[in-house]
Amino acid sequence: MHTLIKKEQLSEQVYRFELQAPLIAQGRKPGQFVLVQTDLEFGERIPLTIADANPEAGTITLIFQAVGATTQKLATLQEGQAIPAILGPLGQPSHIERVGHVVCVCGGIGAAPMYPIAQELRRLGNRLTVIVGARSAELLILEDELRALADDLLVVTDDGSAGRKALVTEPLEELCRESTPPVDQVFVIGPPIMMKFAAETTRPFAIPTVVSLNTIMVDGTGMCGGCRVTIGEETRFVCVDGPEFDGHLVDFDNMMKRLQSYKHQEANARDICRQGGTP
Amino acid sequence: KERLALPQQEMPSQDPLERRCNMHEVALGYTEEQARIEAERCLQCPTAPCVAGCPVAIDIPRFIREITEGNYQKALGVIQETSLLPSICGRVCPQEVQCQAPCTVGKALKDTFASVSIGRLERFVADRAAGSSPAPQVKPETGRRVAIIGSGPASITAAADIRREGHAVTIFEAFHKPGGVLVYGIPEFRLPKRIVQDELATLEAMGVSIVPNFLVGRTRTLKQLLEEDSFDAIFIGSGAGLPKFMHIEGENLVGVFSANEFLTRSNLMKAYNRDEAATPIFEAPVVAVLGGGNVAMDAARTAVRLGAQEVHLFYRRTRAEMPARAEEVDHAEEEGVIFHFLRSPTRILGDQDDRVQAIEVLEYELGEPDESGRRRPVAVPGSEYTVPVNAVIVSIGNDSNPLLTATTPELETNRWGNIVADESGQTSMDRVFAGGDIVLGAATVILAMGQGRAAAQSINTMLCENHQT
Ligand SMILES: Cc1cc2nc3c(=O)[nH]c(=O)nc-3n(C[C@H](O)[C@H](O)[C@H](O)COP(=O)(O)OP(=O)(O)OC[C@H]3O[C@@H](n4cnc5c(N)ncnc54)[C@H](O)[C@@H]3O)c2cc1C
Ligand SMILES: Cc1cc2nc3c(=O)[nH]c(=O)nc-3n(C[C@H](O)[C@H](O)[C@H](O)COP(=O)(O)OP(=O)(O)OC[C@H]3O[C@@H](n4cnc5c(N)ncnc54)[C@H](O)[C@@H]3O)c2cc1C
Ligand code: SF4
Ligand code: SF4
Ligand code: FES
Ligand SMILES: [Mg+2]
Repeated sequence: MHTLIKKEQLSEQVYRFELQAPLIAQGRKPGQFVLVQTDLEFGERIPLTIADANPEAGTITLIFQAVGATTQKLATLQEGQAIPAILGPLGQPSHIERVGHVVCVCGGIGAAPMYPIAQELRRLGNRLTVIVGARSAELLILEDELRALADDLLVVTDDGSAGRKALVTEPLEELCRESTPPVDQVFVIGPPIMMKFAAETTRPFAIPTVVSLNTIMVDGTGMCGGCRVTIGEETRFVCVDGPEFDGHLVDFDNMMKRLQSYKHQEANARDICRQGGTP
Repeated sequence: KERLALPQQEMPSQDPLERRCNMHEVALGYTEEQARIEAERCLQCPTAPCVAGCPVAIDIPRFIREITEGNYQKALGVIQETSLLPSICGRVCPQEVQCQAPCTVGKALKDTFASVSIGRLERFVADRAAGSSPAPQVKPETGRRVAIIGSGPASITAAADIRREGHAVTIFEAFHKPGGVLVYGIPEFRLPKRIVQDELATLEAMGVSIVPNFLVGRTRTLKQLLEEDSFDAIFIGSGAGLPKFMHIEGENLVGVFSANEFLTRSNLMKAYNRDEAATPIFEAPVVAVLGGGNVAMDAARTAVRLGAQEVHLFYRRTRAEMPARAEEVDHAEEEGVIFHFLRSPTRILGDQDDRVQAIEVLEYELGEPDESGRRRPVAVPGSEYTVPVNAVIVSIGNDSNPLLTATTPELETNRWGNIVADESGQTSMDRVFAGGDIVLGAATVILAMGQGRAAAQSINTMLCENHQT
């Protein structure tokens, strides 16, 4: 059992949970995630990135957006209550090195998984530029935390309600083109469509670009193959080979379509959830 | 000789039309009367060729004799001398190629399927005793601690045998529910989960501790278990668990699944229960299943139960070569699965949304016999044609999952990624033993069980010797 120690709401749909999970807190590295299950009999297994951990206190931090049946159910949990199953840490840790100037591009909830990566990049002495983007001001998360780590932080929103009115690709392209010192590496975490265009933006400049993929998962151990993606010519499993891959090799179009596999069932589950039934 | 004239007892089973729409067990089990008659068919051969066909050498004539005398508890005792999971093996063993293949009755009637129904009798005995046998005796605590990785049949068996000697046993399982393939792969209609739960409850009653949601190699490494968590020995029963794909065009389209994914969603995650389960399952009116083993039959029959109107199964050879248990093939056919033999898929076609639309298959014909004397299928050039389908379930088996071995470089593996272990289960690492599918490659429940037993014995001997020094 993993007791919810602290619950905060970061924006209308975004929650930060600090949960008891001593072994995971001890072993996890930036870039890794867990699988969470709210009900052992009928619940589904959903992946969430470990946003932070405190090995001394034996806690991990998860930041998630309530988008569907399971995340909405998770959001109803109160402090003191517990999650019955958390498996992890899963996936390959981020490959983080001192390379010089690194740009971290976060879209929406992507700021949560980016945070531990940015922390580590900073610790290794990289120059750090962070671009945080969201649809509107209320959806920006972790802006202050990231600002504390970054040499430069740029805020963009689709509607201009905070920072510059632009997509993240605009400042990213400017940086690729004219930054001094030049950009040596880019990390992008956010909605698939954003990662796709960010990767397209850096491609002509041949700047190494790491993306963190969010495919549909079941077991998280490499057993089912449901999380597979096409990377270059190869099929890879995101849960064990990833979640990070070379953004210039990912077949984003196929991945986005695979993410829609259960659209119809998910919409039904959300409705049932709203009406107060169990999904 | 009059015994040979006794009719073989049919297995009572659910009506095919009815069972297409439910997940309940198909084969219902012998009545007492049927069991007595079937047991009478055994000739009690002095040489007992059947015993040689059983991978764990159950004393088959002796347990059958006890049935004829109505001593069911004694019959179970005979089986339990060598097998720990009779209610499971009686159901899922490929008997026609194991114990029932060399049976004298089958030979006399020139039909393996007319052999004494040893598996069904084994199941009868085990089911009859279900719940009534007390948990096995456990010797006084030795203070030794053994970690077991995975909770499939190899691990269940090893855990019981090691715990009996008084050693503390902890099972670490990656999933939220223990049981391995018995719970996530083999469907309820073939092996009710209640049976597996009973076996696990017995383990817990013996004092075995089962830790779910613990992935060795990630949550803790194998070396940490040995060096920091001070386990005295480790048994690895982590199974095969890496789905094979065909590596054909279109395999990453929406609607293409490995059998592992499809079956895990349905069985373990209970997606067949649409009203209660949160895990979705793909809805497809026409489904293609690729493969000819037990995995393929399970996938096809699950698809039928989930409401597919047509399920097409494509297999590269002919019916005679299908590795699936004969009973499963018969059941699949009765349930309306459409078999296409000598067909191999060449690509999967999708629509503009990347959803599966059709599968293209190539015809094969039987060519010259190969070294093994089997006629090898050869492709007929230009014979490709397409079949419209909405989903494809790739059910061609499993390789070894590399997660544990990749995080434990000291463990020697062979070129298929299986852990190398000797007869006693000893691996290349001191105090580390392995057995089941992770050693054998995708094999069978009874073989996994046998290896769990052998490794348990080695571990018990090792711990006992260490103790004396
Ligand atoms: C490695 C990884 C890390 C992630 N980290 C975070 C995070 O830190 N914070 C966060 O808010 N979200 C994260 N996600 C996404 C999160 O898992 C999904 O939002 C969640 O599963 C949605 O479930 P739902 O039932 O609430 O919504 P649903 O309505 O069921 O699904 C919404 C969408 O989420 C995707 N999804 C559905 N089921 C799954 C599943 N089992 N596994 C993966 N994706 C699924 C599908 O594209 C679906 O259309 C991560 C995903 C991955 C793969
Ligand atoms: C669909 C299907 C149908 C089958 N039908 C039959 C049949 O009819 N008859 C028959 O005899 N055989 C059948 N088999 C084969 C049989 O199920 C296997 O041979 C048998 O289950 C192998 O047992 P095992 O103990 O080696 O491992 P498994 O049963 O595979 O169990 C391994 C367990 O280890 C866990 N695990 C893996 N890695 C780790 C880790 N690093 N840390 C923690 N836990 C881990 C897994 O989650 C799993 O629960 C079938 C297999 C499948 C897939
Ligand atoms: S364990 Fe399997 S092979 Fe052995 S007697 Fe029983 S059914 Fe036959
Ligand atoms: S071979 Fe057949 S008939 Fe002979 S003892 Fe075995 S089960 Fe009985
Ligand atoms: S989630 Fe099953 S293999 Fe990755
Ligand atoms: Mg969901």
